[in-house]
Amino acid sequence: MDILVCAKRVPDTSENEIQPNEAGTDIERDDLVYSVNEADNYAVEEALQIAARTGGTVTVVTVGGEEDEEILRREMAMGAKSGVLLSDEAFRGSDGRGIAAILKAFAETGRYDLILTGVQADDGCAQVGGMLAAMLDYPFASLVTGIEVVEGGKLKITREIEGGAKEINAIDLPCVLSIQTGINEPRYVGMRGIRQVAAVPIPRLGAPDVAMALGMAGKANAKAVHSGYFVPPAGKGAEMLSGSREDVTDKLFDLLKAHGGLN
Amino acid sequence: MPRIFAYIVHKSGAADDSAAELNAAARKIDPAQAPAAIVTGWGAELDQVCESLRSTYGEIWKVAKEPLAYPNAELVRAALVAVLPPGSILLVAHGHFGVDLSPGLAIKLDAGYVPDVVEIEGVEGRWLKAVRQEFGGLISARVRCDISTGAVLNVRPGAFRPLEGPPVSGTVIDKSAEVGELSSRRRYLETIPAETGDVDITREPVLVSIGRGIGEPDNIAIAEDLAEAMGAAVSCSRPVVDAKWMDKSRQVGSSGKTVRPKVYLACGISGSFQHLAGLKGNPFLVAINKNPKAPIFRVADIGIVDDILEFLPALANRVREETAVPGKERRRP
Repeated sequence: MDILVCAKRVPDTSENEIQPNEAGTDIERDDLVYSVNEADNYAVEEALQIAARTGGTVTVVTVGGEEDEEILRREMAMGAKSGVLLSDEAFRGSDGRGIAAILKAFAETGRYDLILTGVQADDGCAQVGGMLAAMLDYPFASLVTGIEVVEGGKLKITREIEGGAKEINAIDLPCVLSIQTGINEPRYVGMRGIRQVAAVPIPRLGAPDVAMALGMAGKANAKAVHSGYFVPPAGKGAEMLSGSREDVTDKLFDLLKAHGGLN
Repeated sequence: MPRIFAYIVHKSGAADDSAAELNAAARKIDPAQAPAAIVTGWGAELDQVCESLRSTYGEIWKVAKEPLAYPNAELVRAALVAVLPPGSILLVAHGHFGVDLSPGLAIKLDAGYVPDVVEIEGVEGRWLKAVRQEFGGLISARVRCDISTGAVLNVRPGAFRPLEGPPVSGTVIDKSAEVGELSSRRRYLETIPAETGDVDITREPVLVSIGRGIGEPDNIAIAEDLAEAMGAAVSCSRPVVDAKWMDKSRQVGSSGKTVRPKVYLACGISGSFQHLAGLKGNPFLVAINKNPKAPIFRVADIGIVDDILEFLPALANRVREETAVPGKERRRP
């Protein structure tokens, strides 16, 4: 089975403080540390495991600029056979629909049995997979926590629904699935692995290379446009306990006792 | 102004709590317009849901089709494309169903799409101004959505307060005939209920709950030790389950368990809305996190900025000190 995984480079929330810039027009991007979106790692791992069982290849694709190559290399170090960077000045400022349209154009240049995305990006909307499927006219399922390949071009998939319950569906190939975190344990990638793929060329394709009409791409065609950022209102806000650790544990102990927190 | 609709999620004959919230959200788009509800399904349960919505919505569009008996998003999408007037604005609850349905629906309707909307600031020309949160609630973003060819907005459950006022007496309109034969290349097979683990966290009055901040699996013993001292149970947030450090049955949140403790200690939990959605009954909420900007501090009663790996053992010692004292006293003559 040939599998395409769509991945994205995002600011890493465990490494950065995410705050608005002074003008409130964007998040503060100076000195941000980026990494591959967490859910996309699970998607790549799942693709690698399926390809190992059924044969076939895994290709990782992203839309962006030169700086986004690093996440493709990381996923190639995990085992993806190739990485593709979709990059064009005309793609700049695309909304989710624009990104889905660019990915659709690329997907149609190959023959992929299965297309995976991460369930959601930290800075994203959990939208590109569903939009891509609708554009390709493929069936789609979100929040996928299990994939079983059955005979006859079908998958049996598990979706996560409310309260820890699971929904089982059969879905025909080709299809698009958005992969939930926790579906597997993504393999570790060391510096050695990254070095091994450092010299592998990554094709960089623009709109003409994927025969894409630009009706949906770019900021001018976006239907959803970010116009500002701010720190969420504090709500009632917590009463903060401060002082030495000993003082704080004393205060908290009394509070816990008063609220029935000690049995 | 385009017509506004609310797609109502339901289960076992009861409309989801979000039904009244979507009605309130619609008024923020157009205060002059009463939105209509759209409900899809089959049989007596569907009729029950439509009937229950008559006090909230002036118009209820009912789509009764046997294949819609289970809400398969692919089939519901086709039904909505068939009945929605061109250019409509559709509101959907941002839950597991809304995430499944709405992105593809927006494409099929050639409409704008904004998910996880927490506030609506009105409409200016062809732009609807929405607010959503990004990076797990660390930051709010203003998003302008072009509604000139319609829009699908996924609204965060709990973000809009239901309207107060006398009940209306809505009319149910059967739109089933407008929907042709429905088929999908994705077929629902079955639902597997949640597993109950060794500890039923939904019954525990005191929970020591750990998140990503626990760092590594060996550190879970620190939380277990505190829980033992307090007479509490250990629960967790999603990243701990994703990493396979704790069983799914211990997870609090919309995709895990809904708990109603008296006291909840959120330790190294940032406080995403999916996690907080599983915390009901207004417990005494204590948050301990080394990031002073963690969203959990916005909703907690008590906040402590500290490293849980050092603070939790200190608190366990403090609790044990106290419980040890009466024993000593009893030994005195």
